[in-house]
Amino acid sequence: MVDVTPADAVPPAEVGEMELYHPHSWWTKYVFSQDAKVIAIQYSATATSIGLVALVLSWLMRLQLGFPGTFDFITPEAYYQFITMHGMIMVIYLLTALFLGGFGNYLIPLMVGARDMVFPYVNMLSYWIYLLAVLVLVSSFFAPGGPTGAGWTLYPPQAIMSGTPGGQDWGIILMLSSLILFIIGFTMGGLNYVVTVLQGRTRGMTLMRLPLTVWGIFTATVMALLAFPALFVACVMMLLDRALGTSFFMPAIVEMGEQLQHNGGSPILFQHLFWFFGHPEVYIVALPAFGIVSDLISTHARKNIFGYRMMVWAIIAIGALSFVVWAHHMYVSGMNPYFGFFFATTTLIIAVPTAIKVYNWVLTLWRGDIHLTIPMLFALAFIVTFVNGGLTGLFLGNVVVDVPLSDTMFVVAHFHMVMGVAPILVIFGAIYHWYPKVTGRMLDETLGRFHFWVTFIGAYLIFFPMHYLGLMGVPRRYAELTDMTIMTESAHHLNSFISIMAFIVGFAQIVFLFNLIWSIRHGREAGGNPWRATTLEWQTPQTPPAHGNFGKELPIVYRWAYDYSVPGAKEDFIPQNVPGAFAPSREPA
Amino acid sequence: MSVILVFLLVIAGFAGWWLSHQRLMAKPWLEQGMAGDFVGFDRSALPTAKIGLGVFLAVVGCLFSLFTSAYFMRMGLPDWQPLPLPRLLWLNTGVLVLSSVALQCAVIAARRGQTDMVRLGLATAGLTALAFLAGQLMAWRQLTADGYLLASNPANSFFYLITAMHGLHILGGLIGLGRTSASAWNGARPQRLSLSVELCAMYWHFLLFVWLCIFAVLAGWAATFIDICRKLLT
Repeated sequence: MVDVTPADAVPPAEVGEMELYHPHSWWTKYVFSQDAKVIAIQYSATATSIGLVALVLSWLMRLQLGFPGTFDFITPEAYYQFITMHGMIMVIYLLTALFLGGFGNYLIPLMVGARDMVFPYVNMLSYWIYLLAVLVLVSSFFAPGGPTGAGWTLYPPQAIMSGTPGGQDWGIILMLSSLILFIIGFTMGGLNYVVTVLQGRTRGMTLMRLPLTVWGIFTATVMALLAFPALFVACVMMLLDRALGTSFFMPAIVEMGEQLQHNGGSPILFQHLFWFFGHPEVYIVALPAFGIVSDLISTHARKNIFGYRMMVWAIIAIGALSFVVWAHHMYVSGMNPYFGFFFATTTLIIAVPTAIKVYNWVLTLWRGDIHLTIPMLFALAFIVTFVNGGLTGLFLGNVVVDVPLSDTMFVVAHFHMVMGVAPILVIFGAIYHWYPKVTGRMLDETLGRFHFWVTFIGAYLIFFPMHYLGLMGVPRRYAELTDMTIMTESAHHLNSFISIMAFIVGFAQIVFLFNLIWSIRHGREAGGNPWRATTLEWQTPQTPPAHGNFGKELPIVYRWAYDYSVPGAKEDFIPQNVPGAFAPSREPA
Repeated sequence: MSVILVFLLVIAGFAGWWLSHQRLMAKPWLEQGMAGDFVGFDRSALPTAKIGLGVFLAVVGCLFSLFTSAYFMRMGLPDWQPLPLPRLLWLNTGVLVLSSVALQCAVIAARRGQTDMVRLGLATAGLTALAFLAGQLMAWRQLTADGYLLASNPANSFFYLITAMHGLHILGGLIGLGRTSASAWNGARPQRLSLSVELCAMYWHFLLFVWLCIFAVLAGWAATFIDICRKLLT
């Protein structure tokens, strides 16, 4: 037990008050705002809007797969464009932007006890460049030739050849430009998230007192700052190949009987660069989800998180390991078997810290006072889904199993479970959890439960059958499968079933959106701390938090973020800014 | 991909060193109150802007390491024909060194509060940086005049791409330098000015370092060096 200084002996906040920018007009307050909370909402709204586009694209894909030949407007070219844009939007413009730009901006300053991000102006620029990136992306739908249909991995040489939709039109150029803009915008935001965690913490908020949400977002941002440059390099070089005829990635190639001017380039080089970004990207999405779900479970089970230190170390370990596993996406690219062995080993090692996290979530629940609130339901659903998706990851991480399963529906099912459904469940849980802080009102409970059950069960009905299709050998990225021998009648029925489920789950998201908008005005009044949570964002004097977050003085932190159900305490939670020791004889959990 | 992995190893080493000073072994559930011994762990004493710039430079370093990694991977393919570097690049290098030195003088002057010297240093640094950019453009023109076009060989493509990226970063730095100069002439608070000048100098020295590395890579010395390392290891 460390010596506890009496509360009054603590001098008032030493942290230098930052010079807050005070908006003077409606425009600078709500549109060109430098307040991280407004920027967070702008990020979230933009990401959700573009995410809806991706949702509709997935419906169109499912129409084609479930009922082939029925819809004339879905040509094979259009189908490729749908899968490409669906993948790219979901991974980068929705998940990355929402977790880091949305939750990062809203929660980091509030949770670490800061008035705002450390570089508010750069933070504002970050959002506007992100919006520009989204607009460039959307414009490709209206460009001649339509958006690119190269698949979300944009592998050359096919990505920039005339056989691929958008390859010799505007599609691929707009896609690459949009990605470059996104990375520039993200770097601006990312600097803020990292430096705010480093330098913006209020007095007493040591690193080991940070809520795991902040740890997750912080580590993910560091990873993103180091990984996105790889995508940037790949995009710039491909743009030059396409626009100026260089041969970074383009080998000597004959197209329609004509020798192209490219010569000697290496498509494998692109794959290395792409996956050097692409694999950390999985954890850039997963780590914030890990962090948030830890906080949701602890708060709604009224119990401290099990093994906090281990959770922090696991986050750091996953972040570091994720940079040395990228080539497991390239087992079929003809690599040296020793490389394959090395990357299979690192891939399996990363399962160790991940499994530690799963055990710790489960052990946090063990004998907890579990409240089955909607955030808790989503958190529980996340654990189950993440374990499911993670287990198929162990299959695919092994070279001998991956080679036959490569490019089948099994892979599609795997990554949708592990980095599609699982993080999205956390996003929903987090929105139900923090919506009362953002708006001051609760989301509607009945609609919420409907949304949860349809989404949860529906997602399983969509993606579980895909594993079977994949094991049967059904390939991904094929617009038309009717004539193949593996496509038995039952496989067709399964495909139609998946499509119908996709429509039902999509519909449930519209109910959720309705709930989001309706509850702003008609939701139940939440009060400042409806979940009786300990972290600083729930201790703000106003709800929603005013400009500058905390009143006249910044809070002082006296304890970690997980003092739930402390024996001897009056209430079953002790906020981080409450001084004094309550249970000196308590044993470590 | 070895260059980027080495770069990340350096970053990881630095992060590990920093984390090891952050009491990651603490048991936060046992430590309530504001025990005097961890007040020091709240935040770094360095100015926030400097830390921000440091993180940004790590990202820039990552970017150039990736370009270098791609360079070495592409270099191994048979169609690679190295291009002769224009002599002018030596002069440019000298000018860029001069620019860094001028900024360093400005830093020293700012610490001593000699505003005139700060202005002189900033102006010299800005002009020499512009001269460097002009010199790079002239080097490009020489190469194109000699028939080394962007798309005719990957070695040429990489030369133009990497020098352009470096030039763009200098250009971005000039915006910061311009703002610092403006505040130097408008009589900003000495402390504030000193910080801005230091940030500019930090960025300049880093870009000079990046340029020296790039120059070594483009001239082929880096490849020889790596070859020697490889032979020593195997």
